[in-house]
Amino acid sequence: MAVRPGDGDPMSDTRPGRTAYINAHIVDPSSGRDDPPSPSGGLLSAGEAIAAIGPDIFAGGPPADATVIDCHGAVLAPGLVDIRVDFCEPGAEYKEDIASGSASAAAGGVTSVVMMPNTDPVVDDAAVVEFIARRAREVKLVKVYASAAITRGCDSNELSEMGLLKAAGVVAFTNGTNTLADAKTMVRALKYASTFGALIVQHPEEPTLAGGGVMQSGEIATRLGLPGIPREAEAIQLDRDLALVDMTHGRFHAAHISTAAGVERIRRAKAAGLDVTCDTAPPYFALNELAVGDYRTFAKLSPPLRAEEDRQAIVAGLADGTIDIIASDHMPQNQDSKRLPFEQAEFGAVGLETLLPMTLELVHNGHLSLIDALACVTSRAAARFGLPAGTLAVGTPADLVLFDRDRPGRIAAETFRSKSKNSPFDGRLIQGMVLRTVVDGRTVFAAVPAAAAAA
Amino acid sequence: MTAHPIESLATADTGMAFAHRHLLGIEDMSPDDISLLLTLSNEYAERNRTPDRKLDLLDGCTVINLFFEDSTRTRVSFELAAQRLGADVINMSVATSSIKKGETLIDTAMTLNAMHPDALVVRHPHAGAASLLSEKVTCPVLNAGDGSHEHPTQALLDALTIQRRKGHLQGLLVAICGDIAHSRVARSNIHLLQIMGARVRVIAPPTLIPAAMERLGVEIFHDMRKGLDGCDIVMMLRLQRERMEGSYVPSTHEYFHFYGLDQEKLGCAKPDALIMHPGPMNRGVEIDTLVADDIDRSLIREQVEMGVAVRMACLDVLTRVHGRQAR
Repeated sequence: MAVRPGDGDPMSDTRPGRTAYINAHIVDPSSGRDDPPSPSGGLLSAGEAIAAIGPDIFAGGPPADATVIDCHGAVLAPGLVDIRVDFCEPGAEYKEDIASGSASAAAGGVTSVVMMPNTDPVVDDAAVVEFIARRAREVKLVKVYASAAITRGCDSNELSEMGLLKAAGVVAFTNGTNTLADAKTMVRALKYASTFGALIVQHPEEPTLAGGGVMQSGEIATRLGLPGIPREAEAIQLDRDLALVDMTHGRFHAAHISTAAGVERIRRAKAAGLDVTCDTAPPYFALNELAVGDYRTFAKLSPPLRAEEDRQAIVAGLADGTIDIIASDHMPQNQDSKRLPFEQAEFGAVGLETLLPMTLELVHNGHLSLIDALACVTSRAAARFGLPAGTLAVGTPADLVLFDRDRPGRIAAETFRSKSKNSPFDGRLIQGMVLRTVVDGRTVFAAVPAAAAAA
Repeated sequence: MTAHPIESLATADTGMAFAHRHLLGIEDMSPDDISLLLTLSNEYAERNRTPDRKLDLLDGCTVINLFFEDSTRTRVSFELAAQRLGADVINMSVATSSIKKGETLIDTAMTLNAMHPDALVVRHPHAGAASLLSEKVTCPVLNAGDGSHEHPTQALLDALTIQRRKGHLQGLLVAICGDIAHSRVARSNIHLLQIMGARVRVIAPPTLIPAAMERLGVEIFHDMRKGLDGCDIVMMLRLQRERMEGSYVPSTHEYFHFYGLDQEKLGCAKPDALIMHPGPMNRGVEIDTLVADDIDRSLIREQVEMGVAVRMACLDVLTRVHGRQAR
């Protein structure tokens, strides 16, 4: 793969010129396009937008003034859209900040991210939204969107200023890692948000049942002497919330579904015609509670890793479309937060740089087609959160990822751009590698060619 | 060093070798590992009853007792065991340590490791703490209780006590009664007794039985009289009120009524059934005073005596595994 690192300076303010991507396997879930590689076809970007796409656009050769990128059969798709990341800025910049998080996203082929509101201060005020937007503009690598708290502080029963926050650019409302437990407040949030067509995102875990627990309840927790979280905590919270969605006709999205019962609840709600979607994250379809092993704190997640039958139900939910979106659930934790006895360690795992290979694992294992798997991390995510992304339509921003879907490798957390290395997938054998990430026509990440890396 | 009978154990010429660098839990041990420790413990138990009990095996060695949780009896037992073997002992408890100044467990471990101790005895309120610490230090780590996980020396001393009275563990029916959910003693005993061929029942209200308990191979009883039927050994656990966040049982009064061991309930077990308790006892909560003090049936004091012998054996074997210098 002839890719030069640093090709296209992301910090440059000059408008990018025209770039012709030839010999690319073009996959665009938003249009259903799945074109095999061809020297006469491909994608042409001009400036910051996609100018042309199709199997014959370069029939007469690429334009003379265009930079030609020969993709050698690699997949060219819309840049990934990740609806849930924690960039820890403001407040915990020692774990991650918008610069390192953006670099991590770019390395993972992710071109748009939605930040969680659980920063310090919490995103419950337009000033914090503007701070994040300004930092993201300065960093200028990927597109950073903010979600805001449903209730002030993410832990109260006072609604945040949803209308003003939405006007400031917030794309969804969620209390992030906290469950909005109070039913009356949830009713009001769903109703009030519907005035603006805003999406309410819930962490579905009934807090009084889950409280004090640190891993999935069951044999492993009992053997390890750790307090458990029963899987029913997810179903109970969803049952309540879905009843309230039915009552209010609100727009609702359930974050990181992790149990078989959770998938079933969403399936039924969709069949009943509710405006409901959900996502999951790679740990929940690729790992189970056994990953905790001998107190591995990198496998301490919220919701917890579940039983094998739950993992299989998550895969089935992705395969049949019940689960709409795959998010990275990127939650950086530094060593001091994780090198502790399991009960004392923080929850969470980084995920931006493993999102694509872990999603491709579903393809390599025959559970999803490539285009359906990519829909989970591009078009469906963008559509539900209202982002101008996740498509290769002409005239839209040239946010692209170029990846080799088959190249074998091994996840090496120490190479992550993220400031934190807390990945439960470290050392895992994978197939699939990001070669290049493009945002608004500019290359923001290019893999070092294998030959150069070996030299 | 003059050879003494104990020196011949746990060495290659007996064909027995201890397969672990640390004593973190019973779960991963083989019957041979446990037999080795019990055989050696028994020799120490006999020697401890003679005037010739002070040894110099660990002369010049330093044992650090690192206690993040108060425990007078376990700490004293380890301290005495180390001193009987001739080691220097340093006690660190949380009240006097830098943990209260915000130092992490790992930092404490690294600091202590830099002092080159020959063994580290650790008690911690959280499961897995001993295991975590063992990854960061070069000396053997002995788990003196980690959260609700394991308390291996307690299970070993219980087994030694039983073996000395009953002659064997194989085939015995043992009932463990009380707060199974929060008990490291229960978990270590369940593993050890089953590994050595005994059958284990647990008896408790459902609120004190952890999820999927049956997967550990035990029989579960909520009716104490039925659970005690035919048992050779009755192990009572303390109701650990300090660990309970909510209300697991309505009252100690009600608990004693249904799960306290008294003469009447004990009548359901075998006529020669023996009573054990890891201490400290809550008289009138989980055990009646008359039962606890029944000199023919209560092994409680003998458990304490065996505790010192077991800890001597564990310190001896583990420092050997780590290549203790023979002087």
